[in-house]
Amino acid sequence: MNLVQEILAHYNHWITIFLMVAGLYVVVARGNMVKKLVGLSIFQTSVYLLYLSPGKILGGTPPIIGEGYSGYANPLPHVLILTAIVVGVATLSLGLALVVRINEAYGTIEEDEIFETEEQFQPGEDE
Amino acid sequence: MRLDVIIRVSIKVLLPFILMFGLYVQFHGDYGPGGGFQAGVVAAATVILYAIIFGLAPTKRIIPPLMVEIMIPLGVLIFAGVGVVGLLVGESYLNYSVLAHDQIHGQEWGIFLVEAGVFVTVAGTMVAIFYAFTGRGRS
Amino acid sequence: MIGENLPALQVILPLFGAIIAALVRRGDIAWLVTLVTGVATLMVAFALLVKVLAGGPISYEIGDWVPPIGIEYRVDVINAYVLVLVSVIAAVILPYARTSIALEIREERRAWFYTMYLLCLCGLTGITITGDAFNAFVFLEVSSLSTYTMIALGRDRRALIAAYQYLIMGTIGATFYVIGVGLLLVMTGTLNLVDLSTRLVEVESTRTVSAALAFIVVGISLKLALFPLHVWLPNAYAYAPSVATVFLAATATKVAVYLLLRFLFSVFGAHFAFGQLVLTPMLLLLSVAAMFGASIVAAFQNNLKRMLAYSSVAQIGYVTLGIALATATGLTGGIVHLFNHAITKAALFLVLGIVFYCAATVRVEDLAGLGRRLPVTMAGFVVAGLSLIGVPGTAGFISKWYLVAAALEKGWWWLAVLVVASSLIAVIYVGRVVEVLWFRAPTETVAAVRDPPTVMVATAWLMVAATVYFGIDTNLTAGVASLAADSLLQGPQ
Repeated sequence: MNLVQEILAHYNHWITIFLMVAGLYVVVARGNMVKKLVGLSIFQTSVYLLYLSPGKILGGTPPIIGEGYSGYANPLPHVLILTAIVVGVATLSLGLALVVRINEAYGTIEEDEIFETEEQFQPGEDE
Repeated sequence: MRLDVIIRVSIKVLLPFILMFGLYVQFHGDYGPGGGFQAGVVAAATVILYAIIFGLAPTKRIIPPLMVEIMIPLGVLIFAGVGVVGLLVGESYLNYSVLAHDQIHGQEWGIFLVEAGVFVTVAGTMVAIFYAFTGRGRS
Repeated sequence: MIGENLPALQVILPLFGAIIAALVRRGDIAWLVTLVTGVATLMVAFALLVKVLAGGPISYEIGDWVPPIGIEYRVDVINAYVLVLVSVIAAVILPYARTSIALEIREERRAWFYTMYLLCLCGLTGITITGDAFNAFVFLEVSSLSTYTMIALGRDRRALIAAYQYLIMGTIGATFYVIGVGLLLVMTGTLNLVDLSTRLVEVESTRTVSAALAFIVVGISLKLALFPLHVWLPNAYAYAPSVATVFLAATATKVAVYLLLRFLFSVFGAHFAFGQLVLTPMLLLLSVAAMFGASIVAAFQNNLKRMLAYSSVAQIGYVTLGIALATATGLTGGIVHLFNHAITKAALFLVLGIVFYCAATVRVEDLAGLGRRLPVTMAGFVVAGLSLIGVPGTAGFISKWYLVAAALEKGWWWLAVLVVASSLIAVIYVGRVVEVLWFRAPTETVAAVRDPPTVMVATAWLMVAATVYFGIDTNLTAGVASLAADSLLQGPQ
């Protein structure tokens, strides 16, 4: 019973871990370049949650100095994650732009098919 | 293009309001949710909406690609340039307190100018991305 | 006024340069802007190093917000040294860049290339100078995103795939790093590196902190291409424009190594990372694997750029070997190898850039007899190659000497033998190229090559001369490196 309670009490961490692992799995397991980027995005999203959830205090107020405001939520994670979101969006858009260019150059965005045409991409193999 | 007259007329009516809302989000960012990022996207959305309805070529006549590509670094220049003011008057980089007679007003001005820079860059980037992708495969 | 604001200038000069380069839109003017900014950044870096050597660490409060609440830029011996390294490389290769870029990149993209080049410089100096863990992440992404773009500007369509692969790997690495920082933030409530180091002492024994260390080390290891997390590197180096390859090979991985050093020694402290957690055997194993594995793979490459890229992975192994030893001599060896390898690899890639400019190929079999056609250029390759092997009288020898000495100090004679043995593999892959270049009859391709521009050869030889100079006069490199090693080993200050 105790264990179950402990697991449930940290549900935010479980969600974080699930998203993290799921995202990473998609990056590793999928050959489609857009799907890989989707996985990467999910992976990054889990980090937002990792930062934000400890910053929240139940019953906490916005971080304003004044009367009636005590036990405020930590604003720092929000600022950090705002930055991280922008970075994530920039990465995603650059990745998608690359995929568009790859599609134009190769006519496919499946990694397997590209590696068939470009054998030297196999690690260690010769040109 | 004759059958979509309703869309075209209603979009023409809507566009100024959307742009206005974008500016509201921009300038109300001091007091409520909003700011340069959101406003920039809303402003860019008006351009994109116009392009979807009236086509890419007329849109590029109104907002030339060159202007969009200038907007991207220009916004960053505003953003980073505001920080240099602090440096020039002998304080640290990004010290906005020096922008006005007292610290609080200085900070407010700093944020205002920075948000203006963000607006220019974000709007420019959004439209640039749209131009880059819609223009592909035609030329 | 300028004196106090040097730390900020170090980062914002390249940033403004990048903005102006993007605004002018013309390749030639953008190049001029880049040259001016590059030289100015170099002067700032030198001024910072002189100031730090004379007066101890400098702290700069961004926006006059007092740390640990505000972001602090903190310069001490080690990052002043890395700043000089990065700025020197960035500035010195610029005269060369103009000719090379004019050949390899279309006119309408040249200004963007210089923008990305300066943004990358801005990111790299930012990572090095900042005293804030999250700020370092942001700069890491600034440098990474501009790097991906630079690689994708390569002429070959494979450059796109290389950039994509690097983007995926690099983002995973950066995200791992930021997860680690997040865990530290949860445990200590601070992001300032100095503040972190003092507050970590109380919570050191928790599992969260160990996990944070693991995430940060793995994340940074991806960025610095520690074997076996190096798979992005060979393609990225091989298909990027020549100038981008020179710049990245000489600086990007070095800055990542700096970040690792900073976290292991200044934030966590050597006693925790190497005492309580057993990082030494793990790093040692991976370093030795890199030294041998990557060197052997390098010996089988036909594309010279790929060969040198694999050799870079191997050389990173020497640096991490020095870190793994965690003694004063070992660290000195690792840090001095950062510099020596940077100039050696820069010299080699500069020569390859000339080869590509003249012959439009970097495949070994096409280049048979090139040494007779371009004797001055290819002699530079031989000298820099000797430094890569670690022949006495070259820069590469100095760092390996320190590493061997450090291994013997610990009584690990087998490690000393391994360092020397792995250098012998370098003899094989450098020797193979030298044999083809000098001792074979010139092929038709080689007979048809054009003469290299003087400015490119001069730049390459400047770098080659540096590898010899720093092999003889070690006051600047080894002297500063040992100071840096001492300050790192003192742990959190």
